[in-house]
Amino acid sequence: MTLRTSSPASSAQRVKGAGRRVRRGRRSRYRLAPFIFTVATAVLFGLFFLWPGVLGLSYSLTDFRGWGDSEFVGLSNYGDLFGDSEFYQSLGRTLLYALFAVPVGYCLALAMAVALTAQRARGKTAARIIFFVPWLVSPIVAGVIWRWMFGESFGFVNYIIRLLGGDAVPWATNADLSLFVAVLASAWGGAAFNMLLFIAAISNVPKSYYEAAELDGANGWQRFWYITLPGIAPTSVLVILLSSLTAMKEFAMIQALNGGGPGTQNRLIVQYIYETGFERSLIGYASAASMILLVILMIIAIIQLRISKRKNAW
Amino acid sequence: MVTTHAPTAPRKKRPMRDLRRRRGEIRRSIVPTTMLWVIAVLMAFPLLWFLLSSFKPGGELFSYPLSFIPREWTLGGYEAAFERVDFMRYLGNTFIVASVSTIITVVLCASTGYALAKYKNPWLSVLGLCVLSMTMLPGEVILNPMFMVVRDLGMYNSLLGVIMPSILTPTGVFMFRQFYLTVPDELIDAARIDGASEYGIFLRIMVPLARPIMLTLAIVSFQWRWNDYILPLIILGDPDKFTLQIALRSLVGAENINWSVLLSASVLSMIPLVALYLVFQRYVTSSNINAGLKD
Repeated sequence: MTLRTSSPASSAQRVKGAGRRVRRGRRSRYRLAPFIFTVATAVLFGLFFLWPGVLGLSYSLTDFRGWGDSEFVGLSNYGDLFGDSEFYQSLGRTLLYALFAVPVGYCLALAMAVALTAQRARGKTAARIIFFVPWLVSPIVAGVIWRWMFGESFGFVNYIIRLLGGDAVPWATNADLSLFVAVLASAWGGAAFNMLLFIAAISNVPKSYYEAAELDGANGWQRFWYITLPGIAPTSVLVILLSSLTAMKEFAMIQALNGGGPGTQNRLIVQYIYETGFERSLIGYASAASMILLVILMIIAIIQLRISKRKNAW
Repeated sequence: MVTTHAPTAPRKKRPMRDLRRRRGEIRRSIVPTTMLWVIAVLMAFPLLWFLLSSFKPGGELFSYPLSFIPREWTLGGYEAAFERVDFMRYLGNTFIVASVSTIITVVLCASTGYALAKYKNPWLSVLGLCVLSMTMLPGEVILNPMFMVVRDLGMYNSLLGVIMPSILTPTGVFMFRQFYLTVPDELIDAARIDGASEYGIFLRIMVPLARPIMLTLAIVSFQWRWNDYILPLIILGDPDKFTLQIALRSLVGAENINWSVLLSASVLSMIPLVALYLVFQRYVTSSNINAGLKD
């Protein structure tokens, strides 16, 4: 700080006392400009983040239905939620979904990044473009695409299974298989983004490590396992946390893929909040469910913050 | 140059050695190349299958055996999509939402990121922490109150109601802040000594410097807004105001899915983004995205 604000020539004499004065001077001299630069952001933050946040918290303590009067009911919404089997089911399904979607997405993104950074691979530019296109596809369309692939009586996958002599698999009517398709679809759609993070991390691993390993006769797999993987460990943690956050709030893709079906068996937590709040108009109750989701997301985010702080991101 | 001084004997051997080395290189590139292209084919297949299916006539979609390449090419599905779905209107709505919010997002993120990086002010630190807290709280957990706020502001069922809440993008603010931290303060001090105003410094020096960041954020933000589903879903009630994603979802939600229409409409909804991406590809794929980059 001191070095940045004082001029280099005279810094030797002034560095002790003047640094602080210069800093304070800067603070008082430029008040209007930073205000103008940020006032719109502050207003938007208040309107569309702080206000709904506070409203949500207060709704969760009432029986508000979206219109008319509402009554303060204290923590009874939360109490009811703990006895609500539908809530438990959607929360459990969401956690299960995250438990599978995160590792599958992680492996796919890492494989893509390793393949793209491999020195001797040919056709990297074309492959990079191909890898990126699924990221452009909206979650709704991604859901439609995978529904089309995994159609029970018409889908490509069951066609291949039958061609190989198997029986058609009930991708849509079996809840677990339906969730499995959702895991594949989310890995497919989200991989390109994590791939970018991995590529940046892999290119930061010192080349000399690989050269030394090659001289010692390590094969490709050993180089990956003993050099690349430990080298990108911080990024790995980050990717896992970011994709857990994404998985916990999955909504659009599921809507188009199976609508939370069969029945309501694969209704994820955001869908539960949406249906309770907007279709059954139990806004107070839905807000309480939101607050529980918020706590879960905050735990993940705080871990992420701790780690990225160590990396000096903020 | 070197070869002119080299004795003649090794020169004869060179083609052989070259050939052997090239062969060795090809052999060693087989494994990584195969791996790369196996993944590429796996990634491309669902989309390719989907795309090719959209050119099949309705009857061929479900007729066994399935064919990868349409036996009979037709644009029937696309014609039906234009007839059945008010496609141009949804396209227009989506385009307005995505472009307006992207433009304002880039301007706001640039000025906020600059202020956070280059001015020291207690309330700026508070604002920085506020923006940081936004990355923790996704819109999904304030769905119901967000609807109430937008309704109370009189923006229910209007495109403005979709645009306004999505403008403030913490990721964008962080991208610019990170970038402006790397710009030396001496540059600003020099401009101040030359008599430039604070706004002049920002507009004439800092904005041009950050052009690549602006383009990257613009593309990413446009993609997010184009594909956004949950916010338009709760705020737009009138079918005339629907965006593409909501319109598509209503096709999927129908009792009997008309796959022919759905496939074509989905493909049409992707075209603008894919075109945009192909033009600006290098800004997205080579961008040095950092930890804060998320929707």
